[in-house]
Amino acid sequence: MAEHLLDVRDLSVEFHTAAGVVKAVCNIFYHLDRGETLAILGESGSGKSVSSAAIMNLIDTPPGRITSGEIYLDGVDLLTMRPQERREVNGKRIAMIFQDPLSHLNPVYTVGWQIREAMTTHGLQSEAAEAEALRLLGRVGIADPQIALKKYPHQFSGGQRQRVMIAMALALRPDLLIADEPTTALDVTVQAEVLALLKELQREIGMGVLIITHDLGVVAEIADRVVVMEKGALVESGTVGDVYRNPKHPYTRKLIAAAPGRGAMHEDDQKGDVLLRVRDVRKSYGAFEALRGVSFDLMAGQTLAIVGESGSGKSTLARVLLRLEEPDTGSALWQGRDLFRLPPRELYRLRRDLQMVFQDPSQSLNPRMTVFQLISEAWVIHPDILPRSRWRERVAELLQQVGLSPDHMRRYPHQFSGGQRQRIAIARALALEPRLIICDEAVSALDVSVQAQVIELLDRLRQETGISFIFIAHDLPVVRDFADQVMVMRKGRIVELGGVRQIFEAPREAYTQALLAASLDPDPDVQASHRARRAASPSPLSME
Amino acid sequence: MTVSSTRTDSLSADEPAFLRRMGRMLLADKFALVAAVFLVVMVVLAIVGPAWLGEEALKQNLRGRNLAPFDWSRDWFWWFGADALGRPLLARIIVATQNTLLVAAGAVLISAVIGTFLGLLAGFSSPRVSQAIMRLADVIMSFPSLLIAVIVLYLLGSSILNLMLVLSITRIPVYLRTTRAEVLEIRERMFVQAARVMGASSRRILFRHILPIVFPTLTTLATLDFAYVMLAESALSFLGIGIQPPDITWGLMISQGRQYLTNAWWLSFWPGLAIIFTTLSLNLLSNWLRIALDPTQRWRLEMRGETRG
Repeated sequence: MAEHLLDVRDLSVEFHTAAGVVKAVCNIFYHLDRGETLAILGESGSGKSVSSAAIMNLIDTPPGRITSGEIYLDGVDLLTMRPQERREVNGKRIAMIFQDPLSHLNPVYTVGWQIREAMTTHGLQSEAAEAEALRLLGRVGIADPQIALKKYPHQFSGGQRQRVMIAMALALRPDLLIADEPTTALDVTVQAEVLALLKELQREIGMGVLIITHDLGVVAEIADRVVVMEKGALVESGTVGDVYRNPKHPYTRKLIAAAPGRGAMHEDDQKGDVLLRVRDVRKSYGAFEALRGVSFDLMAGQTLAIVGESGSGKSTLARVLLRLEEPDTGSALWQGRDLFRLPPRELYRLRRDLQMVFQDPSQSLNPRMTVFQLISEAWVIHPDILPRSRWRERVAELLQQVGLSPDHMRRYPHQFSGGQRQRIAIARALALEPRLIICDEAVSALDVSVQAQVIELLDRLRQETGISFIFIAHDLPVVRDFADQVMVMRKGRIVELGGVRQIFEAPREAYTQALLAASLDPDPDVQASHRARRAASPSPLSME
Repeated sequence: MTVSSTRTDSLSADEPAFLRRMGRMLLADKFALVAAVFLVVMVVLAIVGPAWLGEEALKQNLRGRNLAPFDWSRDWFWWFGADALGRPLLARIIVATQNTLLVAAGAVLISAVIGTFLGLLAGFSSPRVSQAIMRLADVIMSFPSLLIAVIVLYLLGSSILNLMLVLSITRIPVYLRTTRAEVLEIRERMFVQAARVMGASSRRILFRHILPIVFPTLTTLATLDFAYVMLAESALSFLGIGIQPPDITWGLMISQGRQYLTNAWWLSFWPGLAIIFTTLSLNLLSNWLRIALDPTQRWRLEMRGETRG
């Protein structure tokens, strides 16, 4: 048998928790050659990060324990190595980049110092390291590397930080690069750039890349082969094209089916009354203008999707509409009254009509309240909605409406999965019988398959109850099956506003087109043609 | 307030009764159980002590000055030895429990309640109110606490109530600053925003959403403060403005034994031990309480109970 660069055989890892032994990964096999990219695809809790942690010797023992298996790097078993040899391997031969570069860069040292450190700990002279750091920063595409070396991590944007992390990881020309969700925290346009950079550098150095992701699009864009994991078990492996076109395992099929942007789009009909008329809203924080004059109309019973990258002002807009923050100027007419000029008393009444579902349900639900308390709090605050004697019954009803069981009302939020928690948050918003629900990135913290379910739930609720939605997202495909109108924002301004069909099929503005092109398609062939097109005409909006 | 009380009633119908649940969780934690028993004994002693042993504790016996401990031939209350005037130490410790716990608990309670309330206010209200409260705290902190105590007690006269007040004033800033810092962090959390979107009043947000999260920190702080207050009280007594003989407290006993430390260690040792055990028990219990009140942590205690049963 030919020797692989990395060969993981029969690896099993357990964690001893108070709830008993959890098998994080269970007898998995995979291998990787030089110059090849292998993707490990899985949702949260699938154990996709655990095997790479075992490769890097990052599993804390206890509570973790490697119960079986071998990990060969060029034929040498890493698991039986002495700790000292292992340290030589880490960083020098295997490097790693993480999802959130800000928390993995030390905030009190300059970027240059940190890149140099990676090299000097493995025996390079400091002058040589200095020169190499400069070259690397230039290579990963950071402007003015000389100045950048002296900056601190917080002075870079998210995409630049990820580039710095890549520079650090590649400082010693490793044989193997492990990338754990390297682009999940980045904007779509930046994501495409970072992935392209990774690919380029891989060709240059000839390393093997192990990329861990939950995103089929990332797999299609960068990987040669893919292994799919579910609940610690490896359920499918093969080349990216094969797995995408002929998935054998039901779980893989489910994942592929759940990828957003496949279903029928809503037809554009501008009937109905205007529910909310927003005119020229502006808001600045000091010198930073978050909103620079935003105007739109929302029809009753329709869904308006607001799409934009970080810094586009989409969340500020939501907070302003809910009066969590006061706008500088502008008006928002709601049933003939200006939302922004309501006195506190009427604002309190308005809260019934206007509700919000937040991004991260693990933070938007008070951890010390039961589900019953969380949902019925709405009626404590607005006692005229429902008499106390009917609370229990109504909570049960709402839970059923969002697809949970009435027995769940005695439990606490931490006893639920992320998707279930978001359902609880939706039930809470429904408790007030609102006419408009604003969803701020309501599905972006969730797994893909759960995302699809939550979106389906929201769409069903809209049909059943006639509630309008404002749905905020950073990614276009997510809103494709759900929105009636789409509004693309950038830097506090509306770039384009139109029916969903028009935005997706005939986008007028260059930025909308670029956003559409940058969002990754799960189909590797589509992705390959995107790449070819991008290579032919360099993106007009490199922001870095 | 009536709202929340009826709400807990309606919930207790399906949750196992609150007290029984707490009881079961207390059984699951051996240390906390011992601590709770110890504290109950202390409280009982504080209530019955003076009536029961008041006379023995004050009767001087000059032939038994600084009597060494562990003389098993005598009555049990001599077993810890006797002080400089030949009074049995064990009896004195038991009698002193009442004054000690009263002053310490009173002072801690007053300072915690006032400090927490002001802290909530400072963390949640307009910058101007917040500034005013914080500067007030700075004034109290920068003023030598002993000096305040001397002035106040000199003006008001020394009594147990005044002592409690004086000791609590100097500790208010501790709770105030801690509470405010936590409130500033918690008010930005998403579930507070969610409550605001629902139209919850500031009062509801403060007491229903923020206070329960701050509470565990405050109980830990309060138990630590308990020991501090006991010793601070002895310092005042030493200056002659705190509890005055023939009344006794543990702190006072320690300071009375100080001059005999080289030849009769037990004079200070036993009351010191009483203070240590009391605060240790409070600490263990507050640690348990923190876990028992937190729904995300509670399973640690409940699981232990089940595996044994």
